[in-house]
Amino acid sequence: MTDEMMEEEGGVIKKFLYVNRRPPYGTIYAWESLEVVLIGAAFDQDVSLLFVDDGVFDLKKGQDTAGIEMKNFSPTYRALEMYDVEKIFVCKESLEARGLTADDLIIDCEVLEPAEVTDLMESQDVIFNF
Amino acid sequence: MKFAIQVNEGPYQHQASDTAYQFAKAALAKGHEIMRVFFYHDGVNNGTRLTTPPQDDRHVVNRWAQLAEQHGLDLVVCVAAAQRRGLVDEGEAKRNGKDATNIAPQFRISGLGQLVEAGIQSDRLVVFGD
Repeated sequence: MTDEMMEEEGGVIKKFLYVNRRPPYGTIYAWESLEVVLIGAAFDQDVSLLFVDDGVFDLKKGQDTAGIEMKNFSPTYRALEMYDVEKIFVCKESLEARGLTADDLIIDCEVLEPAEVTDLMESQDVIFNF
Repeated sequence: MKFAIQVNEGPYQHQASDTAYQFAKAALAKGHEIMRVFFYHDGVNNGTRLTTPPQDDRHVVNRWAQLAEQHGLDLVVCVAAAQRRGLVDEGEAKRNGKDATNIAPQFRISGLGQLVEAGIQSDRLVVFGD
């Protein structure tokens, strides 16, 4: 438990970071990560999402999964705003390595330099890796 | 220290459940508390009582159950992940019209809220998996 942790109405508010590292359809991690985020939103914690490595593909615009017969869950990321999940970060290096920019993404994100990614992780109480 | 553990991979295929078990055992031996073990993704397969490994190998499922019995551990299997992968208890069988159950003793099926709650209430959430 860190000193910065806030107490509100008798409950603790922690900084939760969900790190998405994997592409959306080769494994189920990205989708099941999103499910934790949506359920976890009910707990009123200080939530951030970070997309790094192939995880930046999760947010790619124009996903078409018809050919692989899997559910395209990418529109669900647009619902995060309704769940008050608004701190969404993307690693700049990961985007550039894959020929992507913030304009290619389905939602507005803050693009972070590698050093800022480190700072973000260090500032958290709980980190979920997916 | 109060630990929570998350296991993200299935038994035998992957080392995660073995390492989590060894970690839990060592932490308990040092007098630490394990407030919950949460099984997510393919990790839910650690909770089926139908597992039958060769007799000269470790029994990953029974080993968790025995540790839980000895120390009163709370072994929680994620319901959403369990439904996808066919891990069923009495309640789930009734709700979804299934003709069998396979949940192992000492395990219980519950929601993702239990994982988020574990993150809030523990001093450290330790995640095992890739």
